[in-house]
Amino acid sequence: MDKVRVLAPSGMLGAGWDHATVERGIALGADVISIDGGSTDSGPYYLGAATAKTTAKAVARDLRSLFTVAAEAGIPVIVGSCGTSGTDAGVDWVAGIAADVLAELGLDLKVARIYSEQDAAGLKEYLDRIHPLPPLGELDAETLESCTHIVGAMGHEPIVEALRAGAQVVLAGRATDTAVAAAFPLMKGMPPGPTWHAAKIIECGGQCTDNPRAGGVLATIDADGFTIEPLDPAAACTPILVAAHMLYETANPHQMREPDGTLDVREAEYTAVDDRIVRVTGSQFHVADQYTIKLEGARITGYETMSFSAIRDPLVLAEIDEWAALMCTVLTQRVAQTLGLSAGEYAFDLRLYGHNAVLGELEPESGPPREVGVMLLVNAPDQATATAVAKVANPLMLHLPTPSMDYLPSFAFPSSPAEVERGAAYEFVLNHVVDCAPLELFRIELEGKTLA
Amino acid sequence: MPETTLADLAHEVRSKNAGPFWVTMELFMRDAAGYRVAADSVNERVIAALYHVDEGTIRIFRIPSLNVVKVSFPRPVSQGSLLDRDMHAGQHHVPLARVVVPAPPA
Repeated sequence: MDKVRVLAPSGMLGAGWDHATVERGIALGADVISIDGGSTDSGPYYLGAATAKTTAKAVARDLRSLFTVAAEAGIPVIVGSCGTSGTDAGVDWVAGIAADVLAELGLDLKVARIYSEQDAAGLKEYLDRIHPLPPLGELDAETLESCTHIVGAMGHEPIVEALRAGAQVVLAGRATDTAVAAAFPLMKGMPPGPTWHAAKIIECGGQCTDNPRAGGVLATIDADGFTIEPLDPAAACTPILVAAHMLYETANPHQMREPDGTLDVREAEYTAVDDRIVRVTGSQFHVADQYTIKLEGARITGYETMSFSAIRDPLVLAEIDEWAALMCTVLTQRVAQTLGLSAGEYAFDLRLYGHNAVLGELEPESGPPREVGVMLLVNAPDQATATAVAKVANPLMLHLPTPSMDYLPSFAFPSSPAEVERGAAYEFVLNHVVDCAPLELFRIELEGKTLA
Repeated sequence: MPETTLADLAHEVRSKNAGPFWVTMELFMRDAAGYRVAADSVNERVIAALYHVDEGTIRIFRIPSLNVVKVSFPRPVSQGSLLDRDMHAGQHHVPLARVVVPAPPA
């Protein structure tokens, strides 16, 4: 092949698109369809709890759209980071949906599953080969053991392995956003610089176009560079829009580390082919001395209960900071009196939506707000304690006067009961890479057989 | 005369997570004159004061070909923790956008 065309229907499986856009991608000669199924962006819950952010019905709809066109065109479909976080449960969840969709469509496509989940005991053997990425420090065995789930972010190699074995649908666990789109062109011999750069630009589907709502994009990679165009004929890519996507969700806009090396776009040139297609040349890829896989892990920090009330009285809002400070003091006292808990045995955050809830101390605006939503979020070692603290707060969230008031105000609860139990809360604790071989940490299964 | 802010000279100011441990934000300036103002006005000291982070951890990229100034620093609050009120860091650009700057030469 002298060029490879990668169809990216959307930034995420389950987000939806107009089926006509993928049909158009096929008409333009797509050789492969690749789509991301998740990331860490929505927080540690999805990895910690091994559940998906998307709903099965939306994932089924999107797979139906892709399988229909891919089977007709005889091209593979690659899904990365299945089930949002790429746990084994996430891969099996998408695989189950895919099996139902294939049966419904009467299609018999070969489906490969690539598992990326790691167990703490196995990783402990690698401790001397695990290195921290800033801002985290050295890893210890205790931290590994505290995680409910750990995944490794695969590069393109396990996906290529599955494709070479004949997979027509590849359902990958956690993979780098780019590996999903880079695998097929790299397998077909396209150069790594343009391939990884194109993969980064199309990872979010139509976000590099002037209408991100209009569906995905098609990237055509060849020996010297790549071109990119939107699948919706009414949308356009421009050199600025395409170049700007290198900045999206990257700490460093010039260089991006992948398991086997670093994409370097400092010399890249973006040229308009016409008013909606852009060509990119000059992208480079420097192969690393050491192959590395990035680890992600999440652990439980406690259990949360939320309560929400609202204030509209301008007399209270004029002293809202004083009211909030008093609330924190009185709540701490009441919890000590009634539950016998000291400050270290639970934690809470009081957020004033409409005042400074989003930015807190960083909020640049001042002046009294018109209305304020008061959210109390409590974290405790168990759910019952978190809810008990929120229940102790309830009369205060209904009636607490400001320091200068000599009567009892009543505030507006939007629902009853006021407390919402949120279950376990999680945090990410791994930001480390492990020195290993490309396939070492992953398991590939095709048609019931284990490939690697 | 009303004061000029970075937002007044920008097409878009945005912020987002760059993985669970970093925040990144971009000022897409409307033209080269606005870019010059942003490139001169935004530095580690300004960002450290706005976001209460250590100057030494801040990375600033000035990209004249795109009229973009990009800022990255470690997330001060762990993503998803009790004190994290902006899971995607999607609203953290606002203090930067409101920074008062000299008006570009007419």
